[in-house]
Amino acid sequence: MGTIAGPERQGPRSVAQTPHLLDIQGVHKHFGTFEVLKGVDLAVAECELVFIIGPSGSGKSTLLRCCNRLEEPSDGRIFVNGDEITAHGADLNALRRRIGMVFQAFNLYPHLTALGNVTLALRKVVGKPRAEADEIALQALDRVGLKDKAANYPSQLSGGQQQRVAIARALALEPRIMLFDEPTSALDPELVGDVLAVMKDMKDAGMTMLVVSHEMRFARQAADRVVFMDEGRIVEQGNPEEVFANPKSERARAFMSQVHH
Amino acid sequence: MSQFDRFLATFFDWEIIRDFLPALGQGFVITCELMVSIVVSGLALGLLLAVARTFRVRAVNAAIVVYVDALRALPPLVLILLAYFGLPNVGIGLSGFTVVWLVLTLVLAAFAEEIFWAGILSVRQGQWEAARSTGLGFLQTLVYVVLPQAVRLTLPPLTNRTIAITKNTALGTVVGVGEILNQATTAQSFVGNASPLMAGAIAYIALFVPVVVLGRWLETRYSWRKA
Repeated sequence: MGTIAGPERQGPRSVAQTPHLLDIQGVHKHFGTFEVLKGVDLAVAECELVFIIGPSGSGKSTLLRCCNRLEEPSDGRIFVNGDEITAHGADLNALRRRIGMVFQAFNLYPHLTALGNVTLALRKVVGKPRAEADEIALQALDRVGLKDKAANYPSQLSGGQQQRVAIARALALEPRIMLFDEPTSALDPELVGDVLAVMKDMKDAGMTMLVVSHEMRFARQAADRVVFMDEGRIVEQGNPEEVFANPKSERARAFMSQVHH
Repeated sequence: MSQFDRFLATFFDWEIIRDFLPALGQGFVITCELMVSIVVSGLALGLLLAVARTFRVRAVNAAIVVYVDALRALPPLVLILLAYFGLPNVGIGLSGFTVVWLVLTLVLAAFAEEIFWAGILSVRQGQWEAARSTGLGFLQTLVYVVLPQAVRLTLPPLTNRTIAITKNTALGTVVGVGEILNQATTAQSFVGNASPLMAGAIAYIALFVPVVVLGRWLETRYSWRKA
C-alpha cells in the first residue's frame, strides 16, 4: 500500500496545480461511530471570504478545525497555500503559523497582557527578539484599534476588545488565511459591530477568510460566497443574495426561515 | 513554690535554655538545610512528574499514579524507618540526613504532582488550542501558556502541603539527624527539664512563620484578576 500511495501523492491532485489558497478534498470526520463530516469538498480562492452557515451539529465548526488540524480528519486531504496540512509528517507548527484562527471564546492568555498575548508566538515560534516582536504586535493591535490597550490584561478588556486582541494575535503572524469559529457568538450585541468592522477591514485588505458564523447581515455585506452545511455535508452554496433569498434545498429554506425571523 | 513558678521552671528555665542555645543553633541550621533541600527537590520532582503525565503515555501515567497513591497513603515515619534500617541490609547505607531528605522529597513530590496535575487540568482546553493554532509546540504551550496559569491556581494548596511536609523533618530525630527536635530531646533527657523542648518549639515557630507569611504573600502576589 505504502509504495503505491507514495508516488501517487505527487500526482495530479498535488500542490502546484491547486489554484486555491485552501483546498478541502473529501474530508470525513468520525467521532467514534458518529460521522460528523461525510465527505466535504470546499475550495477557497485567494482574497475570498467564504461564510459557512448551518444548524448546530451540522459539522461546520469541525470542518473549520480540521483546516489547521486542531481536529484530525478521519479521511481526505486539506491543502493550505499549496502545502498539504493533512500529510504524514507535515510540519504542523510551521503550517499553523500561517493559518490564523479566532475562537468563539477568544481564548486569550489571562496571565499575559494584550501585548504579551500577541508577542508570544512572534518570539517563540518566529524567533523575533523582544523589541521587534513588540513593534510588530503594536502594529497588529493598532490594526484592530487597540494600540492603547497593549498593557491591559484580558480581564480588563470587554469581550469585543478581547476578541479583537485575539484577531491581532493571529494577524501578527502574517497568516495566509484566517479561520473564524463563531467569532461574535459570545459577545453582547452592542460589541459585535467592532469585531465585524475589523473583519471587514481585513477582507478589504485582501485577507482570505473562512468564517463560521450566524451574522447573516455581515455575510450579505462582506461574503463572496455562502456555504450551507447540514448533517456533515455541503448542501448548497452560492453568493449571499442567492443563498439567502432563494435557497434551492428544502433544508436550507427551513434554516433560513428560522434564522431570519 | 507556686503553680506558676513550677510552670516557669519546667518550661522556661532561662539558664538551661541559655546552655542549650549552641546545640539548638546547630539543630536550627540542619533543619533549615533539610527544609530548603526538600522543598527544592520535592517541588521540582513533583512538577516534572506532572509534566510527564501530560504526555499521556498509559504505562508511565499508571506508574505515576501508583507511586503517588502509595506515598500519599504511607506515614512518612514508616518510610524513614524502612529506608534507614532496611536499606543497609541490601548494601545501601544512607545517612539519617539523606534518608529524611530522600523520603520527604518523594512524599512532597507525590503530593505536589497531584496538585500540579489538577492545576494543569483546570486550564481550559481553549488555551491549548489557541497556543497550538499560533504554531507553538506542545512543550512551548505547556511552559509559556499552561504552567504559568496552573501554578498560580495551585499556590494555596501547594504552600499548605509544603509546610505540612517540611514539618516532618522532626522525624529525623528517630534516625539520629541532629535537627532541632533531636537536639531538644537530647538536652531534655540530660537536664530532666522541658525547657529545651520549649526552646525547640519556639525555634520551629521562628522557622515556619516566615514560610507561612511568604506563602500568603505569594498567593496575593500571583492571584491575578481572573478572566
